[in-house]
Amino acid sequence: MEEFELVVGLEIHAQLSTKSKAYASDSAGFGDDPNTNISVITLGHPGTLPKANAQVIDFAIKMGLATNCTIRLENQYARKNYFYADLPKGYQITQDTTPICTNGFVDVKLKDGTVSRVGITRIHMEEDAGKSIHDQDYRDTLIDLNRAGVPLIEIVSEPDIRSSEQAGAYLTELRKVLRYLEICDGNMEEGSMRCDANISVRKKGASEFGNRCEVKNLNSIRNVQRAIEYEFQRQVELVKAGEHIDQNTLNFDAATGKTSVLRSKEMANDYRYFPEPDLPPVVLTNEYIQAIERDMPALPEQLFKRFTTEYQLTPYDANVLLDQKELAQYFMELGTHCANYKLAANWIMGAVKSYLNEQAIGITEFPIPPIQIAAIIQLIESNKINNTSATQILFPALINNPTANVAELAQSLNIIINTSDEDMMAFVNEVLAKYPDKVAEYKSGKKGLLGLFMGEVMKLAKGKLDPKEANKLVVAALEK
Amino acid sequence: MRIDKDLVEKIAHLARLQFNETEKVKIEADLNRILDFMETLNEVDTSMVAPLIYMNDEVNVLRKDEVIQTITHDEGLANAPKKDTDYFRVPKVIEQK
Repeated sequence: MEEFELVVGLEIHAQLSTKSKAYASDSAGFGDDPNTNISVITLGHPGTLPKANAQVIDFAIKMGLATNCTIRLENQYARKNYFYADLPKGYQITQDTTPICTNGFVDVKLKDGTVSRVGITRIHMEEDAGKSIHDQDYRDTLIDLNRAGVPLIEIVSEPDIRSSEQAGAYLTELRKVLRYLEICDGNMEEGSMRCDANISVRKKGASEFGNRCEVKNLNSIRNVQRAIEYEFQRQVELVKAGEHIDQNTLNFDAATGKTSVLRSKEMANDYRYFPEPDLPPVVLTNEYIQAIERDMPALPEQLFKRFTTEYQLTPYDANVLLDQKELAQYFMELGTHCANYKLAANWIMGAVKSYLNEQAIGITEFPIPPIQIAAIIQLIESNKINNTSATQILFPALINNPTANVAELAQSLNIIINTSDEDMMAFVNEVLAKYPDKVAEYKSGKKGLLGLFMGEVMKLAKGKLDPKEANKLVVAALEK
Repeated sequence: MRIDKDLVEKIAHLARLQFNETEKVKIEADLNRILDFMETLNEVDTSMVAPLIYMNDEVNVLRKDEVIQTITHDEGLANAPKKDTDYFRVPKVIEQK
C-alpha cells in the first residue's frame, strides 16, 4: 500500500441561491409542488429564447474572487447536448471554452496542522436538470421540472488531493466559503451541493497519472471520503495484481460503502459542445469586478486571522466559532460589548451552544441578544455572580425573559455575591464553630482540610460568595 | 470527412432516431452529398475571419433576478403526450432492478 499514491480531483456543483432561474424568470425555489416553477423556456418549447440572470454572474464572480481565481472578462455560453427527459431542451446551457473563473486555489488545514494548497482549474456557470422519479410507477418515470434551469456553478479542482482527509477539508472549506458568501446553502443531503470525485492511483514518484475513475452521487462529505478510501484500496489491488484499471464512471452505494460501474468509457456521452447562439456574450470590466469585490463579506480565512490575533483566541476556538457564519457574527457582536474575548468565546461554545443543541435550533433562533450575554459576562468579571450560578440560574432565566435587565434579574434570583466582609465572616465563623476538631487538626498541620472548610462555607452561602475572597477569609480565620 | 454506416448509426443514436438498413444506405449517401457540397466552402480562405456565432453585436443582455411566473402548472402540462395531475410521464429511462 505504502508505495502507492492517491490522486484525486473533485468536481463540485453548487446550486446558487437566486430567486429565479438561470435563463428564465420562473422561481428557483425548493420544495414546491411538482411542475409549478416552470415556464415555456424551462419546458424547452420551440421558439422561446433564454435570458441570463445577472445575479448568477455576480455570484460566480464572488466565488472566483474568494478562491483566488482570475475572472474572465469575455464570457460565452455553450450548449452541452444530450437526450434525457429531465432536460427538455435536449441540451444544457453551460460554459465550455470560456469558464468565468480560472486558475484559483484554496488552502486547507489538516489535523496535524499542515496547510496544503488545492488548485482550482475552473469555475463555470450552468443550469441544473429536472428530477426523475423512477420508483413510484411500474412503467413510467415521473418528471418534475421545478429544478430544471436552476443556476449552478461547477467548481473543478486540480488533481492535487492526496488523501481522503484532504478531500474532506477541501469540501468543508469550499462549503464554508459558499455559505459565508451566501450564494449557496451548501446542503449536500438535499442536493444543493453535489460532488463527483475523479480518483486514480500511481506508484509514488511517478510523474504520469494512472487511469481515473469518476465516482458520482456522493451526497455527504463523509461519503466522498469513504468512496475515495474504497477506490484507493480497489485500484491498488488491481494494479498490484497486474490488472488494468478501466476508465469508468462509478456509482457509490452508501449502504455497502462500495462502488459499481455506472457506465463504461465505451458508453461515454458525446456532448457535441458548441457556442450557445441564443445568449449574447457577457462582457465584464475590471471596475465591475472590483465593485463586487468591495461588497464581499469577510471570509472565514480572514476572520480566522482576526480571531486568533486581534481577539487572541486559540485556533481551535476560532474554528469552532467560524464553522457557521451566523455563530461567528454573534460572537463578533458580543465582542463589541465585551472585551474579554476568551470568556465571550467560552460562553458561546459552552452555555449557548449546548442550549442550541438541546433545542436543535440554530443561533439565528437563539432568543438572547449578544448584549445580554455581555451583561452576564460583566457580572462575572466584576465578581458579582459566580460562573455556576450564571450558567445554571441566570442563563436559563434570561432565556425565558430575554429582554430583562440582567443585573436586576440576578438580584431577584438572589445570586448576587455577598462581598461584605461582615456577612462572609459570619459564614466562616459558623463553619469553624461547627468543626472544632477539624480546626485543631488544621492548626496542627493538616492543611488539606482547607478544602472541607471552603466547601462548607460555600454551601452555607449558597454560592453567593466570591470563592477567592472567601478563601482568603477562611485562611485568615484559621491562622488566627 | 466521409460518412460511413457506423457514423450514420452513431448520429442516429445521438438523435434518438431509428432507421432500417435501406434507409441507412440512403441517408449515408445523402449526408455525404451534403458534406461534398459544403466542401466547396473550404476553397475560400477564412483564416482571417472570426467564426460567426451571434447574429448581432449585442452583449450583456441580462435580466434582474426577479420571479415572474408566466404559465400555470396546468398550462405547462397541457401539451404533454402523457401526464398525471402532478407529473410529466415518460417511458422508464432506467432499467428495472
